[in-house]
Amino acid sequence: MVRIEGGGNGSGLIRVRDLDKRYRRGSEEIDVLQGLHLDVDEGDFVAFMGPSGSGKTTLLNLLGGLDVPTSGSISVAGDEITAMSGSRLAAWRARHVGFIFQMYNLIPVLTAFQNVELPLLLTTLSKAQRRTHVETALALVGLADRMKHFPRQLSGGQEQRVAIARAIVTDPTFLLADEPTGDLDRRSAEEIMELIERLVGEHGKTVLMVTHDPRAAERAHVVLHLDKGALVEGQGARQ
Amino acid sequence: MKYLHLVWANLRRKKLRTTLTIGSFAVALFLFGVLTVIHFAFYQGVEVAGADRLVVINRTSLIQPLPLSYKEKLLQLEGVEGVTHANWFGGVYQQERNFFPQFAIDTPTYREMFPEFAIPEEQWRAFVADREGAVVGKATADRYGFEIGDRIPIKGTIFPGTWEFNIRAIYTGTRPGDDQTQFWFHYAYLDERGPDWIKGIVGWYTVRMGDPDASAALSRAIDDRFANSPYETKTETERAFAGAFAKQMGNIEFLIVTIGGVVFFTLLLVTGNTMAIAVRERTGELAVLKTVGFSDLGVLLLVLGEALLIALQGGVIGVVLAWAAAPGLAKGLPGFTFYLAPSQLVAGVALALLVGLAAGALPALSAMRLRVVDALRRV
Repeated sequence: MVRIEGGGNGSGLIRVRDLDKRYRRGSEEIDVLQGLHLDVDEGDFVAFMGPSGSGKTTLLNLLGGLDVPTSGSISVAGDEITAMSGSRLAAWRARHVGFIFQMYNLIPVLTAFQNVELPLLLTTLSKAQRRTHVETALALVGLADRMKHFPRQLSGGQEQRVAIARAIVTDPTFLLADEPTGDLDRRSAEEIMELIERLVGEHGKTVLMVTHDPRAAERAHVVLHLDKGALVEGQGARQ
Repeated sequence: MKYLHLVWANLRRKKLRTTLTIGSFAVALFLFGVLTVIHFAFYQGVEVAGADRLVVINRTSLIQPLPLSYKEKLLQLEGVEGVTHANWFGGVYQQERNFFPQFAIDTPTYREMFPEFAIPEEQWRAFVADREGAVVGKATADRYGFEIGDRIPIKGTIFPGTWEFNIRAIYTGTRPGDDQTQFWFHYAYLDERGPDWIKGIVGWYTVRMGDPDASAALSRAIDDRFANSPYETKTETERAFAGAFAKQMGNIEFLIVTIGGVVFFTLLLVTGNTMAIAVRERTGELAVLKTVGFSDLGVLLLVLGEALLIALQGGVIGVVLAWAAAPGLAKGLPGFTFYLAPSQLVAGVALALLVGLAAGALPALSAMRLRVVDALRRV
């Protein structure tokens, strides 16, 4: 269940209260997010929409611990991440967050296997255990036969599937996807959205996705629009 | 170790650039190695000087002689445990460019004074028994193909005529870097056959001390003993003597430090610039590493790891090449021992790593300070 009113205890997976984010551009101060509230439960699939510059990616970065808010609080599974230091936040990200980017952001000099293995290098898993995890993740995204391929040897859709495998390989608490279909043709975009839907439906993953694409957004449980720094519930989502 | 493939993969990204950077290190370290070899060649006497030995020369200069009678007087001084003497012969073998140092030695005492030179007992006995016998260092024997039993003509430049010697023994150094180029023959032979002015005089004395810590006091005592005589002395430790001798050939140390300093400073700038470009080119990738959970320190260490791996490869290649080239240098400068000690090989690689660390420091720091949000915006 997703709520944006901010009332109650907010015992869900993600709890955001009075979130403000202000940027300074020259002498001008820009309020990107103002007093934003959000509660997301485990297994929810949320799509954020809004015009360019409305703060969608900023919100995603804040939820993923990549940026710090001007004020307000963000707690995930009981952890208040706004109070964490840089190194603790990095460790928290490794454990709890899987990121999917529009441009895939794979390391070009590493194979698909090595790209997916990256987050596991930070764990205490043995080499054999890491191999098992990577093979499972790549099989889940349908690329078990492309493990030794470099990104340049893959299509855009395949690259994004490797990126998704990298995001889920540590079995994170939730996934953050920033325009995951933004750089793909329609057919590849459909395949990626089907994959994300499967992760939510069959594997119980919690997904928060920023998108401009209404077709992608309509697969989410809830579509939220960012308007003047606050969230408003939209239409088109499947409940 | 599990991150090594990450570092390695990044180095293989631009193979030409990495190869050239490794090449820069290799050239610099090769130069370092060669300079070290040359330094050792000039200062080998200093490096291997006996800690318990003093050298007594004529106060006026090394080329002025001392009386043979000083031997007994030196032995009477407290703290003196042994005395030997030698004369510089200064001959050439066949042609002038075939030079190696020849000494007329005090046969009964010389071997005991310099135990670092190993001579098989039966060869030494054969040398002692032959008035025209000679002992030659292994390096010189190898260079000219001398073998035991060979009769060698040496043309005197100080002492006229051609002097013939029988090779009776070949000595080897027991420590790396010991001088194996010398040629010894009996002082008695020189005294007997040489001109009248050489009779009863020696070039210098070497004194073994009972207590090496008392070298200053004993040196003073020796010089005081012969003060106000026609042959006043100047006594110093073998190390100081060898150092002063090397300095006569010019300030090699200053040259080496200056050339080495310029080369390494240039290397630092070149490598630092290369690493900075390498980091700037993959800002987005470093941001991705941080996004998936790599800490700032982890990213810093990865970048430093790249710089160190480049330095290590270049350093090892450079010093190994210098080590391999050292014997070749000996052909160009006979009479010197060219040798790169294992400790200097290690020092060279350590120096390369230090330069690698310094060159990688700024790019690594900028990678560490990289803000993920800013970097991802640029991707």
